[in-house]
Amino acid sequence: MTPSKLAAALLCLGLAWFPIQAQESPREILITAKRFEFRPNEVQLKKGLPVTLVLNSEDVTHGLLCRALKLDTDIPPGQSTRVTVTPGQTGTFTAICNHFCGSGHGNMKLKFIVE
Amino acid sequence: MEKPLDRRSFLKITGTTLGAGALYQVGAAVGIDPQGMALVDRLGRQNGERVTPFSFVQLSDTHVGFEGPPNPLGTKAFEQAVEAVNALPMQPDLILVTGDLTHDSEKEGEALTRMRRFQEIAGRLRVKNVKVVPGEHDAGLDGGQLYRTVFGPSHYAFDHRGVHFVALDNVSQGKPVVGPEQIAWLRKDLARFTHTTPIVVFTHRPLFDLKPEWEWYTGDGDEVMNILAPYRNVTVLYGHIHRNQEFQSGHARHLAARSLIFAFPDPALADDKKPIPFDPSAPFKNLGIRQLDLSVQGARPILGVSEVELSSSEFAGTIGIKQILKGDESL
Repeated sequence: MTPSKLAAALLCLGLAWFPIQAQESPREILITAKRFEFRPNEVQLKKGLPVTLVLNSEDVTHGLLCRALKLDTDIPPGQSTRVTVTPGQTGTFTAICNHFCGSGHGNMKLKFIVE
Repeated sequence: MEKPLDRRSFLKITGTTLGAGALYQVGAAVGIDPQGMALVDRLGRQNGERVTPFSFVQLSDTHVGFEGPPNPLGTKAFEQAVEAVNALPMQPDLILVTGDLTHDSEKEGEALTRMRRFQEIAGRLRVKNVKVVPGEHDAGLDGGQLYRTVFGPSHYAFDHRGVHFVALDNVSQGKPVVGPEQIAWLRKDLARFTHTTPIVVFTHRPLFDLKPEWEWYTGDGDEVMNILAPYRNVTVLYGHIHRNQEFQSGHARHLAARSLIFAFPDPALADDKKPIPFDPSAPFKNLGIRQLDLSVQGARPILGVSEVELSSSEFAGTIGIKQILKGDESL
């Protein structure tokens, strides 16, 4: 292999390697759940870019459901729940608490805006 | 001084039929036609018990203990529904209540008080065969522990005049799920029936994805419906969505009932799940009960459905509302 071909091959490998590294460390977004709200209640995401949601409950067990993001998890108190999602489509999607947490449960939601 | 109101005049109801099914008079199709009788007998032999006509009533979402802007009248609609059922010329065989019997409360002892109040009002029904399932407001906070203490098991099955009834609990695990244990029980429970047996499932939440972002779904509802798929005469009655809704999946017909507290809007038209505001001119608008009449036509059991909306024209308007709140006393 000539030096120029070797350099080209290394360059290709390098270019392929960097995106893999990027995918291994998705951006983290901290979301706190407490009766009867999520904080923040609006989250911006990029289509095709994975993010890890770090979910914490300040009181009782909550849930987070968003079918468009294939997201359905419990958020028990006393621990962090980590879920990685990769939005496959743009749009605004409502996520809800789907673990009954009391009288205001029906209004506990947040908005994912995927661009 | 306003004229005192006769409590009986409060009992006006209006009825409408829903969907393609007509309202069948109990017994109209059976016992007259010899060919029909033969088919009924054959069906009975296949199912183990002959299907004979009867009617039953579905009530839902009474939310005893709720008081707020969408309905400042508390249990009045529930009490009115009880009187309406008691006034039916032919009493139903049984009453099904599809969840949210009470509104949740975390005040010590209050949840039990509300459940007892539900029992007291339901106890006024002339029909004593009342079957209930929990809603999330009854059982979502404590895993159904108190509900089971007061009302008994949250899932069960029974047979009545050739129809198999299945009560499913899709609320007490906090999330909208039936759960693997109950699904295994259901599979075993249904195994002894032929595929022609009429089956009525009653539960709180829809067993299909009606509107997941409003929590109008059951996560493992597909598994339940797969078990029911071979059965040709399946009706699923549910509540939770506080409005009439009809949906067909395979052989199964899914019917949601109005509530007895307040109504939610049409999810196809509304952005948010906000209760329809209280209308003082029509305090029981969109609230009601459902009557179901089982008959047999040809070889098929037919479940006729009547939707009954409560009305109280005498109590419309500010004066009427005050009268309701004061227990029908004259002002």
